[in-house]
Amino acid sequence: MATFKFELVSPERILFSGDAVSVIVPSVEGEMTVLAGHAPVVAVLKPGIVLVQTDSSNGKEFFVSGGLAEINATSVTILAEQARFLEDVDTAVLDAEILTAETRHAGSHDEAEKKRLHDQLVQLREFKGVFEQRKAA
Amino acid sequence: MPSLKDLRNRIASVKATQKITKAMQMVAAAKLRRAQTAAEAARPYAERMEAVLANLAGGLASGSAPRLIAGTGSDKVQLLVVCTAERGLCGAFNSSIARLARDKANALKAEGKTVKIICVGKKGYDILRRQFAADIIELVDLRAFKQLGFVNAETIAQGILTRFANGEFDVATLFFSKFKSVIAQIPTAQQIIPAEIPAGAKTTDAVYDYEPEESEILETLLPRNLTVQVLRALLENAASEQGARMSAMDSATRNAGEMIKKQTTIYNRSRQAMITKELIEIISGAEAL
Repeated sequence: MATFKFELVSPERILFSGDAVSVIVPSVEGEMTVLAGHAPVVAVLKPGIVLVQTDSSNGKEFFVSGGLAEINATSVTILAEQARFLEDVDTAVLDAEILTAETRHAGSHDEAEKKRLHDQLVQLREFKGVFEQRKAA
Repeated sequence: MPSLKDLRNRIASVKATQKITKAMQMVAAAKLRRAQTAAEAARPYAERMEAVLANLAGGLASGSAPRLIAGTGSDKVQLLVVCTAERGLCGAFNSSIARLARDKANALKAEGKTVKIICVGKKGYDILRRQFAADIIELVDLRAFKQLGFVNAETIAQGILTRFANGEFDVATLFFSKFKSVIAQIPTAQQIIPAEIPAGAKTTDAVYDYEPEESEILETLLPRNLTVQVLRALLENAASEQGARMSAMDSATRNAGEMIKKQTTIYNRSRQAMITKELIEIISGAEAL
């Protein structure tokens, strides 16, 4: 199967660098699955799960709190604001994220900024719901 | 001539100092490893960010560029963000960054421009306030943080962005020390607003689709880029500081060792001289009988 180069980078470190068969990216306009030979896209990410398939049977999941994905035919680079292995994420982490977003939202005065933070907050809460459902299942 | 007791005291005190410098050197070496890993781990992100930005900005029609790239069209008010360490005893580390900033500030003032300074780290503030007390508008204190992270950089970057939005300055330059190796740290000035897009960083000619709008992406990306640049400066600085301290303390330890050797020789000589003198006295006393 055709593979492409995938990199997941957070400001602190590189979490994943290697070949992948497919990557599911949580873009703000909906999740999308990227395969090799994808049209070039730059997409902003919302809080969610990045699923990487290194071959047909092996997958790895990461939590990203937002960021940017640069996609072209031969490579995908995700610049995450914060990224963790999904195993390391629990409700406490998400609560902390939500709390920082809330305080920032309350402290912001710029209209556009406020709207952006509000969106982020909604997305975070949404994700927390999804995450808890997943855990229960 | 100092008495034997004086010499003994002097040697003991140099030995104590040597123990301290030796300990500091070892602590710096341990911290250096951590700081270096952090600085190296942060590099890929900054590089990828640069590449993405270059790709984006390359496809941007001039005139539609946001102010963070295009600038305000003026360069009358210059902001210098000077990142130094919180602690001293690290060789010329702090003073070389401060000197670079001072030269720049003087050059700008000579051109008739207004200079504003933000000091990150107390040591730079201590040096710069002698000459530029009136120009320093903020002192960011990072002493409370053991490990510098994204949050620290974000706070600083937010502060800079707010000032930019309020029209307090036109051009911002970041001063820090690039970590090259333990013995080489290069004081660097980097212009952060308007962002400098390095030529040749463009990796592809592909025409990208944007999700959402291009301008919207740039609007979120540029402030992030600023944070990333500040973070990189902080981490590079942390590594440089430890490197500088390590080599400074290493040479201090060596100097102390030399001094101890010299003092011990003097001590032994005068001790022997004293013994000889006493012997002569005893012998000549016995002969006189």
